[in-house]
Amino acid sequence: MAIKTNLQAVRDTLMEIMERYDNVVVMGEDVGPRGGVFQATRGLYDRFGPDRVIDTPLAELSIVAVAIGMALNGYHPIAEIQFADFIFPAFNQIVNEAARYRYRSNGAWPVPLIIRAPYGGGVSGGLYHSQSVEAFFTHVPGLYVLAPSTPKDIVGLLRAAVQVPDPVLFFEHKRLYGLVKGEVPDDYYEIRLGEADIKRRGDDITVVAYGLALHEAIKAADKLSEQEGIEAEIIDLRSLVPLDLDTIYESLRKTGKILIVHEDNQTGGWGAEIAARIAEEMFDWLDAPVMRLGGPDVPAVPYAPPLERWFLPLADKIAGKMRELAEY
Amino acid sequence: MTKRQKRPSDELSDEQLLEMYYYMVLSRKLDERMWILNRQGKASFHISGIGHEAIQVAQGFAMRKGHDWYFPHYRDIATCLILGVTPRHMMLALMGKEGDIFSRGRQMPEHFSYKPAKIVSVSSPVATAIPQAAGTALASKLQGKDEVTIVGFGEGATSEGDFHEGLNWAGIHKLPIVFVCQNNQYAISVHVSKQMAVENVADRAVAYGIRGVVVDGNDVLASYDVMKEAIDRARRGEGPTLVEAKTYRPVPHSTADDDRSYRSREEVEAWKKRDPILLFEKVLMERGLLDEAKKQEVLDRVMAEVDDAVDYALNQPYPPIESAAEGVFGDSPLVKWSKKGTING
Repeated sequence: MAIKTNLQAVRDTLMEIMERYDNVVVMGEDVGPRGGVFQATRGLYDRFGPDRVIDTPLAELSIVAVAIGMALNGYHPIAEIQFADFIFPAFNQIVNEAARYRYRSNGAWPVPLIIRAPYGGGVSGGLYHSQSVEAFFTHVPGLYVLAPSTPKDIVGLLRAAVQVPDPVLFFEHKRLYGLVKGEVPDDYYEIRLGEADIKRRGDDITVVAYGLALHEAIKAADKLSEQEGIEAEIIDLRSLVPLDLDTIYESLRKTGKILIVHEDNQTGGWGAEIAARIAEEMFDWLDAPVMRLGGPDVPAVPYAPPLERWFLPLADKIAGKMRELAEY
Repeated sequence: MTKRQKRPSDELSDEQLLEMYYYMVLSRKLDERMWILNRQGKASFHISGIGHEAIQVAQGFAMRKGHDWYFPHYRDIATCLILGVTPRHMMLALMGKEGDIFSRGRQMPEHFSYKPAKIVSVSSPVATAIPQAAGTALASKLQGKDEVTIVGFGEGATSEGDFHEGLNWAGIHKLPIVFVCQNNQYAISVHVSKQMAVENVADRAVAYGIRGVVVDGNDVLASYDVMKEAIDRARRGEGPTLVEAKTYRPVPHSTADDDRSYRSREEVEAWKKRDPILLFEKVLMERGLLDEAKKQEVLDRVMAEVDDAVDYALNQPYPPIESAAEGVFGDSPLVKWSKKGTING
């Protein structure tokens, strides 16, 4: 059992995938000799060369578009968008093209493709190096949206994602790259898309989270357990689309109380859909209103450290919400 | 164009020339009938290739069928017919009927897609296919295949950022690709003079380090010469070409457009005198390959095919309602869906 950081998990799995599948290419800005601005692709260029590790022009639209074309012609590209904040020039290519190709051609032209993008705040990245963009894409049928938050999950989901015959958005929380260390089993395994994971067991309340919010929620839960005897069950979504409602509902049947936490803006965030599903399908099981804690509805994460902390779903803030829910 | 002893079109046999003529007439007559079916309320929409048949037939004859990659312009009815799409297929798509090979009634008409001929699915946002075409060309090059990618679009699409990015990639990697702009001078109603400040779309090629060629897009043989050379060069590894075929659309943008608001009838009538079919008939007659009797013979054959296609399509059912919910994702054992019948769960 190796101990790895999230970043090492990404890098090692990319290396492994490229060894395993000849038709995988990695492409993006600075992914070549530089190894990526976060070093997620370090070593790939030396190992596989410029034909499989492609430094692209500084043009997100065509990073995705060229990847789509390569996917049509035999490749399974893994495109990197350097920061999720810069994915928007490619929005049309992702939403109108990659997501719709299979459907609009009645299955003739699938687009097997992974788009990796580091997202999230906590690195003093300000408005344009901190954004969470997942809700723009969870809205769109035809896209898988993943957001694993531990080394083990990153490895298992990336291994599975590269075998799925459709576009996958693979969001990696950049604050967690070096912050989170965890065990990665030595034996080969895959994690299916659409399977949440219970990261902490508890009987009083259910908390659904992913990304930085997941780790902060675990911290908050441990503290509440120790100091106040509140036992929270923490569900790590890992996969936003498909959404593992089975696991969420099963926990909710036990606790009757649920809090959804994410860093993305609260309004219209993925938590809103989860809350709506619960309201429609689990109303009878609820002992308290469905609660949400999302990012404040300001355009993006501010730069100055206290302002950034104000924005982020940190443990104290989550603990407050958890207490409110437990006491309801 | 540089002067040369022999033009690629000199190699075309009499049979091939007459086949080119046949496809131009077939495309035209299908297209005209599509307008009528729309006006009769039997088809909700049609976007026309009338007036563009010369460059379309030229590129269809210049590419290697089923081997080269082709991202069509949405007006490319003639090219698709050459590559194996049938009049019946066109009419089924027009009406959104079961058996529509492009999309099974999901997309609007003329959003071609036919995998056996490597006709890649067309979408409505313009220019998106241009950088994708750079992707298929890059894949061909990296795999050492001698495929060429051909991607078509109108001059309006050249204002999109996708155009710039696609040509930039093609230049950087010296890709086996031919960009074909059918410049019909109007993006719906906006004249090309409000689309760009340079005289020719092809002038932009220099900015990407690739070759740019202007051709009379109403002259099928001149268009063939340019397309054949561009495709051959690309196949030989000599890099991309941006071909600009100057043409004109003598009909409105689509069945939903009225072109009387943005251009004079005199202008349209003047261009009708340069109709690509008329021009080619003149050439064929001069060469002794066509006379009035032969013309009628082609027309009779074409009209029979058009009638058959219309009758066939009118009598087909629509796709079953439940088919609309199918095929959003491919099957995979590595995906678990919690709730059947909901897309995101």
